[in-house]
Amino acid sequence: MLALWRKIRRTGRVAEPAPARPDTRESPAAQELVRELAGSVQVRHVDAGSCNGCEVEIGSAFGPVYDGERYGARLVASPRHADAVLVTGPVTRNMAEPLRRTVEAVPAPKLVVAVGDCARNCGVFAQAYGVAGAVRDVVPVDVEIGGCPPRPEQIVAAVRGLTGR
Amino acid sequence: MSALGAVGAVGAVAQPVLIVGGSPLMLGVMRQVRAKLEGRAGAGIMQPWRDLRKLFRKEPILPRGTSEVFRYAPIVLMGTTLVVAVVAPFVTVESGLDPVADLFAVVALLALGTVALALAGLDTGTAFGGMGASREMTIIALVEPTLLVAILALSLRVGSTNLPTIVSATLHDPGRVISPVSLLAVVALVVVIIAETGRLPVDNPSTHLELTMVHEAMVLEYAGPDLALVELASAMRLTVFLGLLTTLFAPWGIATTATPAALAIGLSAFAAKITVLGVLLAAGEVFMAKLRLFRVPELLAGSFLLSLLAVAASFFLA
Amino acid sequence: MNLAALGFAAALTSAMGAVIAALVSPADRRALTVGVATGAAGGAAVLAGAAAMAGQGFSLAVPWVLPLAGFRLALDPLGGLFVAVTGGVAVAAGVFGIGYARHGLAGRAAQAVLPVFVAAMLLVPAADSVGTFLVCWELMAVASLPLVLAEHRRRTEVGEAGLWYGVMTHLGFIAILIGLLIFAAQAGDASFTALRQAGAHLSGGVASVVFVTTLVGFAAKAGIAPLHAWLPRAHPEAPSHVSALMSAAMVNLGVYGIVRVGFDLLGSGQGGGQGGGQGWWWPLVLLLGAISAVYGILQAVISTDLKRLLGYSTTENMGLVLIGVGAAGMFAADGNRVLAGLALAAALLHVINHAAFKSLLFLAAGSAVHATGTRDLDALGGLRPGMPVTTGLFGLGALAASALPPGAAFVSEWLLLQSLVHGLPPSGVPSAILLPVAVAAIALTAGLAVATFVKAFGVGFLAKPRSEAAAEATESPPSMLVGMGVAGAACVVLALGATAVLPGVGSVAMLASGSPDPAVHGAVIVQLSTVAGSLSPLLLAVALLVGAVVVVAVLRAVAARSRQRRIARLWDCGGGPLSARMEYTATSFAEPLQRVFDDVLQPELDVDVTHATESRYLVQTVEYRRRVPDRIERRLYQPVLAAVRAWGRAARALATGSVHRYLGYGFYTVTALLIVLAVTR
Repeated sequence: MLALWRKIRRTGRVAEPAPARPDTRESPAAQELVRELAGSVQVRHVDAGSCNGCEVEIGSAFGPVYDGERYGARLVASPRHADAVLVTGPVTRNMAEPLRRTVEAVPAPKLVVAVGDCARNCGVFAQAYGVAGAVRDVVPVDVEIGGCPPRPEQIVAAVRGLTGR
Repeated sequence: MSALGAVGAVGAVAQPVLIVGGSPLMLGVMRQVRAKLEGRAGAGIMQPWRDLRKLFRKEPILPRGTSEVFRYAPIVLMGTTLVVAVVAPFVTVESGLDPVADLFAVVALLALGTVALALAGLDTGTAFGGMGASREMTIIALVEPTLLVAILALSLRVGSTNLPTIVSATLHDPGRVISPVSLLAVVALVVVIIAETGRLPVDNPSTHLELTMVHEAMVLEYAGPDLALVELASAMRLTVFLGLLTTLFAPWGIATTATPAALAIGLSAFAAKITVLGVLLAAGEVFMAKLRLFRVPELLAGSFLLSLLAVAASFFLA
Repeated sequence: MNLAALGFAAALTSAMGAVIAALVSPADRRALTVGVATGAAGGAAVLAGAAAMAGQGFSLAVPWVLPLAGFRLALDPLGGLFVAVTGGVAVAAGVFGIGYARHGLAGRAAQAVLPVFVAAMLLVPAADSVGTFLVCWELMAVASLPLVLAEHRRRTEVGEAGLWYGVMTHLGFIAILIGLLIFAAQAGDASFTALRQAGAHLSGGVASVVFVTTLVGFAAKAGIAPLHAWLPRAHPEAPSHVSALMSAAMVNLGVYGIVRVGFDLLGSGQGGGQGGGQGWWWPLVLLLGAISAVYGILQAVISTDLKRLLGYSTTENMGLVLIGVGAAGMFAADGNRVLAGLALAAALLHVINHAAFKSLLFLAAGSAVHATGTRDLDALGGLRPGMPVTTGLFGLGALAASALPPGAAFVSEWLLLQSLVHGLPPSGVPSAILLPVAVAAIALTAGLAVATFVKAFGVGFLAKPRSEAAAEATESPPSMLVGMGVAGAACVVLALGATAVLPGVGSVAMLASGSPDPAVHGAVIVQLSTVAGSLSPLLLAVALLVGAVVVVAVLRAVAARSRQRRIARLWDCGGGPLSARMEYTATSFAEPLQRVFDDVLQPELDVDVTHATESRYLVQTVEYRRRVPDRIERRLYQPVLAAVRAWGRAARALATGSVHRYLGYGFYTVTALLIVLAVTR
């Protein structure tokens, strides 16, 4: 226990200072939603068929270095507790219906965020036999984050756009 | 309340308001302390209130196949916690409703809240709901004996289980607090509080893995205002339990006279003590990992032994 | 003729009328007339009992009906309490039986025996001589046996259950017979007044023998471990209203017997220290109570049969009552009569509360079993849509049984804990050890009882049905609902208005324990006299209600969208649909607790692997069976039964079939007896 305490003292703060507030272009409906959420967004992640590269970046975004939680976002376990659904990966045939049901389980007001190129337009898996389509072909998408995988700073910037902090 | 008059009545209203308003703040402080110790920046102490405000404005959902038990369990949970927040003597030495301020009654009311939530978990008919209810009931079944025996140990010296009486007796005889009886009872009660409020090492309140959940598994189905009630009630339960700990073992600062100054001191002393305990609890959690579920009964059995030792000590060291 | 005598006579007349009605009515009217008449008998008994508790007793002596002291009845406040309790349960069970009789119980025999059973249960607390007591006790046992066996054509286990019940109840009867006859022999006369006078002068050894033998018999009737083995067999197999009568009215008479013999007749309540050897009586009772309470609730928590769970819960509650009675005896022996009165009042209040919620639980369980045809909790569930009234009433009973406020049992457990808390500091080493053990036992049972009833209610009635039978369940006929409603109303009254019943209970306890004043008083707030303690169940319930209303009001004001509640699909992680097999069953619910108490319960595991014929490396079937047996039965009863069987086999050597040998047995026995008589005279 003392060793851990010494390590905490030695390490100090790991979180990088927050960059300037990003200028995100959102639709008026999305802006209205952000106003309603007022600085608190609970996020539920759904892996619709990704290679887990985006998951690693999301894990990093909510980790100590980038600390997505300081902007009022939090990862939750159940879509009923969530406001935003973070979808990664192209939507495979098996995950199309579960994704729809997950988004339906979220209480209004809700947002869907497509993370990564695969979620936006199937990325490298376009035309593959197991893929049903991009996320916007299955559920309506509000925010897209490009990249393969997107950098944690991009994910954090998108989250900050949702919380407004 | 009769002796303290109008100021006492103000105290009886101010106390639940302070608890309702302050428990999310305390939760925020605890999360900040954890964040700072883990090297993160943290979301700020107002974040739980922001979460609650947002949740209250969300759409309420009624899952198909559930019954009134699911629908009204958050109200029962919140109602019982509110009654305890009014009745327990945290700020003034007289209770807001003395005939209900019995230590057994307070403990049983808090258990009633847990039972309501467990029944709601079972009512969903999902595997996780049943799992959460089963684990929560196992923990309650093992925590109740420790609680009741610890209450026995505390009330033996005083000759009553009435909360205001115990508090007054401790105020008049401060040396009692460092007796072996009190020390043993304190340790037993700390373990009980950790188990009942679902903190590490018994339960991880921020886990995402359903197989490690106890409390969270029962509320997976709640959304919007229902979830807000459940979260607020959980924060209030933590505050109330910590408040019971301070009021039974460290009641100094509590208002004994009917003056506004005493009331103000009582409110701030209560807030300060709860904050200190919350910070200690949060700091302790950083150093602990969650216990495997089947190791938790060993922990609870240990606390039961401690409370039995407290009762034995109160005989032979009388 | 005062109210008590009138009421009692009316009750007995009504019961007799019910018997006649059962024998002469046509089949379609039989159940109705018998049910109504039994209910009326119960109502009259409640009035009689209440009047007796208020002080208006009566006595009746008919010397020529029975040998020895003849037929004597006397209703004093203690007897009146038990008469009132029996009457209340009879009202609920009688009305319930009207609808339940459609199950094949409408035959003349089954209907006629029920009022006889109720009448016998009413007569036992009023008996005033050894002969009357024993005759009524045996009548009660004989009347209940055909009722337990009523459904024997449908299930084979009913016969075995009836056998266990019959044998154990008669062994208990023999123990009581021996004890009371020794007592009567010492007193010279068999009336209770004579026994009372003799009890003050009995020598320590004789008094102890009387106490222990009667304790054995009464504890067996009350379902106290280790003499409880008949209870979890007989209660599930009996029809539900009979189970309710047995569990909520008959087992109380075991407690009545212990209080009557120990406090009243053997005089340890008043005389104190004169009976000798009393130091270990009441600690023994308390210890038996503590063991039964913990063992009973442990077996209940892991039980998956709904009615067996309720039967073990009866053992637990009777254990709690005996803890109170034992504590009262210990305090009285120490000279602290006020506390003795308080402990006895707590025990008697728990008897009343238990009667109310146990009858409600058994009747509601009977309603569920009647609708689904199964008692197995792992096959029930999802009964709320089809049977809303039954579900609600079972929930009310479960709240009352789990000793949580605002339930009924919370008040009596609070009183019991108060009496134990104030009983310390103790006066000697036995009390110093036993009283904290008693508190620990009560605490452990309280926690486990909560888990048990959450399981029974949550798994049995909520969520989704686990079998076809449960899915197709419909609500029971109105007479059954009315019967349950009566018991439910009693639970609510006892929960909120315990102060209405407590003065009567307190005065009974006061008289029985010789305490100078009633232990509790107060109209809205239960206040203990001479010890510091007060609680208001009514104010607590009102506070809860106000709290809930405040929460709802604030929610309406704050939550903007709270009016439109969307009906959504259950969150099943996206896959699905969820089948009933994915729900938690009763077995899985109790599994963590079973693991914790592994050493006490000692489950038996059977794994049977069948390999494929071609190769031992391939497995065809694996059969896994896990069972939690009743450990006391395993350790205590099986060896005894095996010894008796071995003895019987050895004795078969005597029955060779030769007539000469049998004549020889007779000749030699008579000769030996004559020689013995000649020598001893």
